[in-house]
Amino acid sequence: MIKGLLDIKRWNALLDAFPEYYVPGFLMTLKISIVGLLTALCLGIVFGLLSTAKFKPFQIISRIYVEFIQNTPLALQVMCYYSVLPMLFSSSGFRIPKFILGVIGVGVYHGAYISEVIRTGIEAIPKGQSEAASSQGFSYIQTMRYIILPQTVKIIMPPLANQALNLVKNTSILAMVAGMDLMYFTDSWGADRGYFAQAYFTSAVLYFIICFPLARLARYLEIRSMRLPVAKKLDLAEEEGVC
Amino acid sequence: MPDMVKVENLKKNFGDLEVLKDISLTVKEGEKLVIIGPSGSGKSTFIRCINYLEEPTSGSVTIAGTKVTKKNHLEMAKKYSSMVFQQFNLYPHLTVLENLTLAPMKLQGISKAEARSNAMNCLERVGLKEKAGNYPVQLSGGQQQRVAIARALCTKQPLILFDEPTSALDPEMVQEVLNVMVELAKENITMICVTHEMGFAKQVADRVIFMDGGYILEEGTPQHFFENPEHERTKAFLSKILH
Repeated sequence: MIKGLLDIKRWNALLDAFPEYYVPGFLMTLKISIVGLLTALCLGIVFGLLSTAKFKPFQIISRIYVEFIQNTPLALQVMCYYSVLPMLFSSSGFRIPKFILGVIGVGVYHGAYISEVIRTGIEAIPKGQSEAASSQGFSYIQTMRYIILPQTVKIIMPPLANQALNLVKNTSILAMVAGMDLMYFTDSWGADRGYFAQAYFTSAVLYFIICFPLARLARYLEIRSMRLPVAKKLDLAEEEGVC
Repeated sequence: MPDMVKVENLKKNFGDLEVLKDISLTVKEGEKLVIIGPSGSGKSTFIRCINYLEEPTSGSVTIAGTKVTKKNHLEMAKKYSSMVFQQFNLYPHLTVLENLTLAPMKLQGISKAEARSNAMNCLERVGLKEKAGNYPVQLSGGQQQRVAIARALCTKQPLILFDEPTSALDPEMVQEVLNVMVELAKENITMICVTHEMGFAKQVADRVIFMDGGYILEEGTPQHFFENPEHERTKAFLSKILH
């Protein structure tokens, strides 16, 4: 086993295959991660806000989305997008492009989680904040914009970074439907040549390169969110000038 | 003096619980009204109905001749009333100065320079000019409440509602807040104040009302109130609270 892992011939084979397998796989995973994360953020913000709206049907719609997505496996969801969704459009073997499939897969899945992150972030802001805003005459939108969301953002940044991290890792499920992502190319090259150790080790390093900075970011944001603010230095000359 | 606030047959239920049973009251412009009463008597609910933080179940609140409704209450707050809360409810993500300038800039369309100089004046009145660049969390409770009073002053509405402004404070900080309120009372601002501070009531109130069980049981000048209360319930309450 160890001998196989250290076999220079196998590593040379991997180096040869790298531009053809790992580069496009890595780029695809990166692209799906970025666009998927943006999709998840959009869905998460919309459904997170809906779930805190006063209007009950909005809350219910958001609840259904979140519960349905969180309580079914991602693999099953992706299989559905792959096999079932196209049938709604045509019967002639139409397939959704792999990039779009990946974006929908992780975007919808993590959108549900991000929606929950945002809901709890908003609900963590004491009721007195919106009461103070209302007593000053701020509308719902203004209250959200100037008072609630700026406080929410600080709270939700660490869990959001965690979601981004999980999203990157979860793109690997696309390998199941020949997603042209890093995991798919890893499997395919590994199985082709039988050099699984080289294949998976290299793939792990590439995932790590994306994920480790995200994990550090999450940690940094967590520490930052616990820090007390530092007083702002006022330009007193400016104040005097105005008075 | 014209009427600042006119309350007619106000009722408020929370589910089956009748908190306000039938309140009618008129407050003149510039009047200092103090509301006292035991916990659960409905005094906080009452003051919160005036700026529509609680929606009345029936009856009406009229400010400066205009009835406060679900539709216009933000507009009415902007124009006529500000509020000081028991828990201060300062915006923790903003500095003291920004707490004071947010509403004038975003709601009243005042320029940044003017809002800042006005805010500095208000801070000076509560003795906290040097704290302008600090964040609320860096201030003591008493200082936070003085900032909250400055914030209420800064928007220049003719009516300020105080909802137990000293109840959440450490005993040694009560006086600094009361001093600011006493100073404020010398001006032509209408003040409605729910409080347990009888000394303050004696010193500044034009009129005191005693609430119990969702009704106004007794009202009168501080002199009448503290020296010859008519109602047995009032006497019992005062004997417990004045030592």
